[in-house]
Amino acid sequence: MSSPGLSTSLDQGAPPPATGITPTRSPKAGSLRRRLPGSLAWHIGSLAILAVILYPVVWVVGGSFKKSEDIIGSLDLFPGDPIVSNYTRLTEGIADISVSTFFLNSLTLAVGSVVGILVSCSLTAYAFAKIKFAGRNLLFTLMIGTLLLPYHVLLIPQYVLFRNMEMINTYTPLLLPKYLATEAFFVFLMMQFMRNLPKELDEAARLDGCGHLRIYWSIVLPLCRPALITSAIFTFINAWNDFMGPLIYLNEPDKYTVSLGLKMFVDQEGLANYGGMIAMSLVALLPVLAFFVTFQRYLIDGMATSGLKG
Amino acid sequence: MGTTVTHAPATEGLTKDSEPRHGPVNSPRPAALKRRGRRETLAGYLFMSPWIAGFLLLTAGPMVASLYFAFTDYNLFDAPKWVGLDNFSEMFDDPRWQHSVRVTLWYVVVGTPLKLFAALGVALLLAQSRRGQAFYRAAFYAPSLIGASVSIAIVWKAIFSDDAIVDRTQKLFGVDAGGWTGDPDLIIYSLVALTVWQFGAPMVIFLAGLKQVPRELYEAAEVDGAGKLRRFWNITLPMISPVLFFNVLLETIHSFQIFSSAYIVGGGAGGNACGPADGSMVYTCYLYVQGFENSRMGLASAMAWMLLVAVALVTAVLFWSQKRWVHYEEGA
Repeated sequence: MSSPGLSTSLDQGAPPPATGITPTRSPKAGSLRRRLPGSLAWHIGSLAILAVILYPVVWVVGGSFKKSEDIIGSLDLFPGDPIVSNYTRLTEGIADISVSTFFLNSLTLAVGSVVGILVSCSLTAYAFAKIKFAGRNLLFTLMIGTLLLPYHVLLIPQYVLFRNMEMINTYTPLLLPKYLATEAFFVFLMMQFMRNLPKELDEAARLDGCGHLRIYWSIVLPLCRPALITSAIFTFINAWNDFMGPLIYLNEPDKYTVSLGLKMFVDQEGLANYGGMIAMSLVALLPVLAFFVTFQRYLIDGMATSGLKG
Repeated sequence: MGTTVTHAPATEGLTKDSEPRHGPVNSPRPAALKRRGRRETLAGYLFMSPWIAGFLLLTAGPMVASLYFAFTDYNLFDAPKWVGLDNFSEMFDDPRWQHSVRVTLWYVVVGTPLKLFAALGVALLLAQSRRGQAFYRAAFYAPSLIGASVSIAIVWKAIFSDDAIVDRTQKLFGVDAGGWTGDPDLIIYSLVALTVWQFGAPMVIFLAGLKQVPRELYEAAEVDGAGKLRRFWNITLPMISPVLFFNVLLETIHSFQIFSSAYIVGGGAGGNACGPADGSMVYTCYLYVQGFENSRMGLASAMAWMLLVAVALVTAVLFWSQKRWVHYEEGA
């Protein structure tokens, strides 16, 4: 399905690479106009959108302190008499498995994914950006093609493959793809970044007799930190949120991730324990929200640069 | 429309700075260069070996396998049995499959444009540099990160259920439709709302595009007396059309593949249902049900290939259409 034309056009269709994460950030252009009425309308508009955006998040915070029976029916965002029993209930675990097990499982998968993506995608990106080798354009086209390929086409045969290798109920099917650079998005992101690095650096290193491995490790990787950080955060969040992968490959509750544990919670207790469900939903979101608050700059710049979803 | 459409010069993604221009003139020792070229090629393939292994093992191989399974009856336990086109004819005759196609198309056709309109509208608002711009941009982007989580799907199910906020609000306007998630016809709109809520990701891309539009163009147009609407139509839109194209392509492909939120908002698979009366039975949900609950791996593979064909067709149509409406800067 991938043709050379496809790669050409995608390359052009993407926003110019120099806008977002570039080694040096240009100061914001444009001046602050201070026409009061326009400014006021702007702020009212922005605040109105903000209210819509934030409503579900505020709702889940408030709901987690409400009694189960008050969560749906009441329009008050926050309860008159807040309770914490929804949270204390979580310490009892879900189906005899402690909530911390799910968190540890998710953390294992997320950190494992980050390591895999950083290593494999940066190697691939280096080859595309810095090495001139026969067949490079063809491989690049294939890689861009995988960006547009619906994952579901691979779902069943990959499942069959991992099943035949007796890897169901292990983390291998979820981690191995990350170590084999199958996430073309991150290869693309890192490649764009590497191509914008000053050429003189690695040319000088080559003249000094450095091999590619040395240039990759000592020159290119350190300079690529912003792109690596962006990729790491996106990978962590995607792995943390992933639902379909764990749903298919894991079937013993003590291996479940937070997403699956939450789904199991919903299926088992449902409306009877709405409060606990909402509290657990919020707790499951916290790592992602924390990452976002800390690293939002990298995430947004990363998005703007490659214009793709993780 | 009055937009000038220029053909993009065929700049290959990589050729610009690649291919050393060696030839007899400036290569005094062709043998040494050749040796170096071979070494480079070896290095290239070594660096790429994880990707190549992954491509063969996890992408190309599975695609071929999937194509083969599509023509077989395969339940995971017995060897696949060749059945020719049976899976496809069964699929096309299956009312539940037809229903899942309708639900998905409706979701794509309603959800994607709404999301992109929201993204572009808010991007235009935020493109004005004012105090707080960075904060709003970050806040509006946040849903794109958490929107795919099980947590948000659960929250969504709650706020769109009977007697919750959405139901109460519509009652204020005299609409007594009940909660959306309990209604076979309405549940899909709660999913549309969920995707529109995540407009932040395309918005950030639009913003990056808007920043690239040269200010002189607007100044010149203003001197010529062009109004706001005209400036948007004749300058902004053509100038950001590559970004628009990119967003349309990615968001469309993406929304064809909606799974988790439909699966969870719809209540999951318990009893093979996805939403009341299959209201949120999107294509991939049905694929999951057939493959992993009914162990019909052959049929599910056929469904996956139909999805691939549909996505490829949409992609092809979009690429074909871009020469009519996408404006690329010379040398961009």
